[in-house]
Amino acid sequence: MDRSRITDLYFAEARSKLIDLAAFLDRIERSEGADDFRMKAFRAALHELGTPGPDKAKKILLALSDPTEEPAAQAGTKSASGAWAGR
Amino acid sequence: MRYIEPHAHMVSRVTDDYAAMVTAGCRAVCEPAFWAGFDRSSSQGFYDYFCQLTDYEPRRAAQFGLPHYSWLCLNPKEAENMSLAKEVLAMIPSFLDRPNVLGIGEIGLNKNSRNEVTIFEKHVELAVRYNQMILVHTPHLEDKWKGTRLIVDMLKRNQGVDPARVIIDHVEEHTVDIVLDAGFWAGITLYPQSKCTPSRAIDMVEIYGAQRLWLNCACDWGHSDPLAVPKTAIEMKRRGHSEAAIDRLIYGNPLQFLSQNPKFIVV
Repeated sequence: MDRSRITDLYFAEARSKLIDLAAFLDRIERSEGADDFRMKAFRAALHELGTPGPDKAKKILLALSDPTEEPAAQAGTKSASGAWAGR
Repeated sequence: MRYIEPHAHMVSRVTDDYAAMVTAGCRAVCEPAFWAGFDRSSSQGFYDYFCQLTDYEPRRAAQFGLPHYSWLCLNPKEAENMSLAKEVLAMIPSFLDRPNVLGIGEIGLNKNSRNEVTIFEKHVELAVRYNQMILVHTPHLEDKWKGTRLIVDMLKRNQGVDPARVIIDHVEEHTVDIVLDAGFWAGITLYPQSKCTPSRAIDMVEIYGAQRLWLNCACDWGHSDPLAVPKTAIEMKRRGHSEAAIDRLIYGNPLQFLSQNPKFIVV
């Protein structure tokens, strides 16, 4: 499928998500307090969007991932937060 | 359209979902054992749950003409309680001969802890000892990449594991190649927020090919959509994929994997 057809299919949806993302960042900027580890990881991952080249989704997922290799001593909690706290 | 839903937690769904799935072309549904949303207080709770998965739920699905299959295990979210886990592991063999049980699953990791690793390895040993297929859950969000690598390494270390009889589920763009390159099957789970969207799933199919891949909705008691697979098929058609390619991915592939267990029959 050529680029024009992909753009036809997905531009409106991606545009909507882009504005939602911008509005989320505006909302964060208006709020009081400092970025926690999730927002720090989020801002670091955002750089991948503007970097030329393939595999942007993979690079963003990796930027938000725990890069360590050894099992954790304990589970601690059952839920995930979406970003690695140790970065 | 016809499809097989290879991963759905139907005990959490209402009967209207069964009706909708059958109307959309679902020919069989498979239900791995799952965390209830709270920790069960004893192994007796698991006994009741396994009875539900192997007796009551197949009868509920049969009301809609839908074959129902199950996988049994203790979910990694409950693996920190080692004594409970060992009691449940000891109970599982007594259920393996039930007619709708396909194997051990969904085992795996959640927070990649040492106890989770220990209980995962014990489940794999159980599967090998009883010649069972394996369905693996990979962790959520930031824990997925590490957990997937740990899981693949553990499975590869066990000489009794045949990768062709193991599906590693919930892959995303950063883990799909790890799973496929090691010779395992990979599952893509379609969720509204976490895991994967239909368009991203189709991207992965286009990049890696459809071989050893299946799609599932993994619908449960959280945000999830029991019709995610047929909706993704519609998205594939919109993107120009042929009817044959769609049928292969959402019907042929799960049929190929699941039919390795002769109990799995779709008419």
